[in-house]
Amino acid sequence: MKPHTGRPLKFASVPYDPEVPRPPVMPDPIMSRVPKPDPDSGRTIFNFGPSHPSTHGTLRLVLEVEGEMITRAWTEIGYLHTGFEKLAETLNYNQFIPLSDRMNYLSAINNNVGYAHAVEELLGIEITERCKYVRTALAEMSRIADHLVCIGMQAVDIGAYAPFLWGFARREDLYDLFESFCGARLTTSVTRIGGMLRDVPEDFVPGVRAFLDKLEETLRETDRLLTRNRIWMDRTQGIGVLSKEDALRYCVTGPVLRGSGIDHDIRKVQPYFAYDRIDFDVPIGSHGDVYDRYLVRLEEMWQSIRIIRQVLDDLPGGPINVYDNKRVLPPKEEVFTTIEGMIHHFELTMPKFGFKTEVGGQIYSCTESPCGELGFYVVSDGSGNPYRLRVRPPSFVNYAPIEHLVKGATISDVVAIIGSLNIIVGELDR
Amino acid sequence: MNETPALALQSEFPDIVRGVARQSGAREQWRVDVSKDGVLPVLTYAKTRLGYCYLADITAVDYLSMPNPPEHRFAVVYVLRSREVAEPLVIRALVPENDAVVESVTPLWDAADWLEREVFDLFGITFHHHPNLIRILMPENFDAHPLRKDFPTEGVGYRDDFPIVTR
Repeated sequence: MKPHTGRPLKFASVPYDPEVPRPPVMPDPIMSRVPKPDPDSGRTIFNFGPSHPSTHGTLRLVLEVEGEMITRAWTEIGYLHTGFEKLAETLNYNQFIPLSDRMNYLSAINNNVGYAHAVEELLGIEITERCKYVRTALAEMSRIADHLVCIGMQAVDIGAYAPFLWGFARREDLYDLFESFCGARLTTSVTRIGGMLRDVPEDFVPGVRAFLDKLEETLRETDRLLTRNRIWMDRTQGIGVLSKEDALRYCVTGPVLRGSGIDHDIRKVQPYFAYDRIDFDVPIGSHGDVYDRYLVRLEEMWQSIRIIRQVLDDLPGGPINVYDNKRVLPPKEEVFTTIEGMIHHFELTMPKFGFKTEVGGQIYSCTESPCGELGFYVVSDGSGNPYRLRVRPPSFVNYAPIEHLVKGATISDVVAIIGSLNIIVGELDR
Repeated sequence: MNETPALALQSEFPDIVRGVARQSGAREQWRVDVSKDGVLPVLTYAKTRLGYCYLADITAVDYLSMPNPPEHRFAVVYVLRSREVAEPLVIRALVPENDAVVESVTPLWDAADWLEREVFDLFGITFHHHPNLIRILMPENFDAHPLRKDFPTEGVGYRDDFPIVTR
């Protein structure tokens, strides 16, 4: 072996050969559909994205503008298509949980609990009371993290820097709490089918209470900074208006739907976990513009604080996981110390063993994620892997009206509108 | 009663509705199996008369490698939601492989536009009278439908189709 000289490697240079056929140029899929504007009309076509800093991901808009006014828009998505649904068919039910983090990485716990809830409904597992309460608290904490990022990002895109920094400081506190619980900050993978990864640590409940007090102060500060801010109001009021009828036609969900004045929340309509025993309100807007969506998100964080306080007050004792060794992974202590625990663990994780499911069983199950209705349509075929796992992504459906929303807006409004829809591209393209 | 809307659809469309079944699991979720020609009238009735004003999802299932498959290979699944009833209504239309065409529901909901494009993209099921039926997630020059069960998960060599650029 030659001794390393410390000099950079030399690469063999490939001479340009005009005889070698050039690879075919892939046609631009949108531009072939976009008609060329009439030169006398004063309209121009330009690209917004795919790597624009305000899209927070890779999505592309082609805008036809007249002056600064957008007259038409075309979208292209799919840059982050990862094939999670196809991949799920080769994994067993527990192995998909880390992938559900990667879909919506800003509120990973909401995806974890939504997926686990769907599979538990398919298999008919009734989780314990303590697990229901812990999942409710964690889902609401994750909702707060998502909304803090959403409002902060939206503000920083428009030009207000302080709410972004203050929101992110609280989000760091939240991630410290997640880390104390499961060891991970962003991609948490906290749930297992039939329970959680482990029970919450001793100092978790006082830590959450201390965090909520700090968060209240931050929310008040954000409110003081933005809600009556002249610039913020001018940039967001009357922008990106989605009327009630349009919201129903486009079937948007979550804060976008509630910002348009429709009182619809899965936590109220079809309560899951502990939401039917908890007192909270669903804020709705009246104009359906960017400003109302901001107000809805801000108020939802206050409601989340209310929910978490009630959950912590009534947190029941008892085991966190269902003791059902045929369908729920046994606790790690049992796996490492007893032969029965180890056998049960292997029976659930080895190929050709795993979950006993019904042949042809299928269910649509949904939870309210920070973006909206997160649904899973699971089909089982008797084996330990899902036969088909459809994710109903809230971002995908919420992003569909974008061509309608940006019509008549200016280019700087597009940034505000995309921010207010809270698009997570990992979930949009899956 | 949760099965009331499903039974109402069955009594209203006896020729179209093939059966009403309870979905598996602990929940009282009902599924209405319809023939593929009757999707639009059934969904119109459910939207206008039964109050299912909200289209939650459109997806598809490929039953190719199912142990006891239904009579056709594909199924297009519509999930409808109402403001009054908590449980969503699931409507399933079985679609044969050689005639994989379903009437589009874009006249009822604009949300169906992208959802149907996704089903077309990943399953190759065509939606008749759809305004803009093109691929949405995969590139436009892609020639397969990846969520079909006969699309291999390994060894297909799509990476080799793209030329190596030498410079």
